[in-house]
Amino acid sequence: MSARSRFWLFAPLALALVATAAIMYGPVSIPAGDVWSALAGHGESSTVTIVRSLRLPRTVLAALVGAALAMAGSALQGSLRNPLAEPYLLGVSGGAATGAVIAVVAGVRGAAFIPLAAFAGALLAVFVVLILGRAAGGRSDGRVLLMGGVVVGAFANAAIMVTLATAPANEIRGALWWMMGSVSDADWRQVAWLAVYAGVAGAALVYAARDIDLLALGDDSAAALGLNVDRAGARIFLIASLLAAATVAAAGLVGFVGLVVPHLVRALGLRHHREGVLGSALVGAVLVITADLAARTLRAPAELPLGAVTALIGVPFFLSRLRRLA
Amino acid sequence: MIRFEDIVVRHPGASTPAVAGVSFEVRRGAFTALAGPNGSGKSSIVAALLRRRALDRGRILLNDVDLADVERRDFARLVSVITQREDPAFALPVREYIALGRYPHRSVWRSAAIADSNAIDEAVALAEVEPLIDRATDQLSGGEWQRVRLARALAQGGEGIVLDEPSTFLDMSHEMAAFELLSRLARTGRAVLVVTHQLNLAARFADAMVILHKGKVAATGPIADVMRGSVLEPVYEWPLVVTHDPAIGAPAVFPLRRGR
Repeated sequence: MSARSRFWLFAPLALALVATAAIMYGPVSIPAGDVWSALAGHGESSTVTIVRSLRLPRTVLAALVGAALAMAGSALQGSLRNPLAEPYLLGVSGGAATGAVIAVVAGVRGAAFIPLAAFAGALLAVFVVLILGRAAGGRSDGRVLLMGGVVVGAFANAAIMVTLATAPANEIRGALWWMMGSVSDADWRQVAWLAVYAGVAGAALVYAARDIDLLALGDDSAAALGLNVDRAGARIFLIASLLAAATVAAAGLVGFVGLVVPHLVRALGLRHHREGVLGSALVGAVLVITADLAARTLRAPAELPLGAVTALIGVPFFLSRLRRLA
Repeated sequence: MIRFEDIVVRHPGASTPAVAGVSFEVRRGAFTALAGPNGSGKSSIVAALLRRRALDRGRILLNDVDLADVERRDFARLVSVITQREDPAFALPVREYIALGRYPHRSVWRSAAIADSNAIDEAVALAEVEPLIDRATDQLSGGEWQRVRLARALAQGGEGIVLDEPSTFLDMSHEMAAFELLSRLARTGRAVLVVTHQLNLAARFADAMVILHKGKVAATGPIADVMRGSVLEPVYEWPLVVTHDPAIGAPAVFPLRRGR
């Protein structure tokens, strides 16, 4: 069996397994059999409530966040020709965090508004990066976009620190919790919203996958094969950034998924981006569901921040990758 | 087939244009060589053909149609271009890399058709890269990589083929094989344009030659008109002789040592 067929056989299986485990384990353990009947609406009413209203939406949200971030990372690494590219490196996270922190500190109450502020901040950052790229004279192999993203991210960090320096302590705690990422507030409305978003943007990336393959060859070669390099590059950058922005609005900052997963998928034999984007979605979902399960069970009843757990897995990988590149 | 009409190409921010009013034609059924010293504008002409550089003046005609009015994908179906450098961000198996040459012929959802697969097999045979087919693109030597890129251009097909210094990194036999292949392609009716520093090989294989100097055409025409000391010496700013070896059957240029 080829490495690719193995991937498509085992990755969906892994997703089903970790999703089941995520619904089974928690403050109250539920046997697998009861999980299945509760999903169908049978069994004790408390079990049905835990499964259908708490753990299932949380698991699905974790899967969507992971899938969306990993798809965005795969598309960005290919189209920017940079193995270290990921949505958070491109100003998205900084912009979103700035938006959310400003909203928290400005005293905005209500769960619905902070994600909106985060989304607006992310969009603003993405457009600033795109405009910087255009002003600097085109895509120039993606390097301008990458540098613009890093610079905007640094500016956003500075803005966050200045905002927090003057904020009351209890508000700092709320803002920090949000910046560390979490799917604990998952509800079906949020899940539906992100599912539509990730579905549409993910399909757009799969549709553009051949263009990503060509961009990965380099701009001149992509142009020689008939691609409008500047337009395709900007479009993919925009879609991937919007996808990441939506996850930030839904779950805060969940780091390193977009960086790590595409490398893993490539190492598992998926080299073209149509498969790469889809495969990354599966693996990203597995990773974030697993990380969320670890975050809420390792130190129960305390809950570890999701973004910190994914980063704890992601950083060692990142460092080993860096060494191989050097 | 491809006609450059008085084109001017300027790099962003540069005061003098890289290409300052160049006109020449790449004909179907002919092997045209484009030569000139470093920085004379050769690669800028290729960049303009790919629309990676805007024209300040003039126009490029593709089968008598202004290139500006040709869809990029239609251009890629008509002309395959191999640029000077290429460094894929992520390695691909050689066959899959060559298959990317079929991109302009595919629609978004249609996967490889039999025509594509035939074109790839043919290109692999022509470029003599069968032994490399199962390797990854990052496991090739410089010369092997050049041949695999040539195979991708052949798989792309079309009426014209443009290569920017295709023989860089090639050893003697593979260099000869590449030029023989290109000359054969010209014989079968394709328009071949090769940017090269190998004047002597160009003189043996090309039908026409264009010599650039500081962004302008210094000489153009049949080999015998261009391969002259009086033409080449001022362009390369180096003493040289042009000889004619009857065994080779083409003029050859030899730079002299300045010290003597």
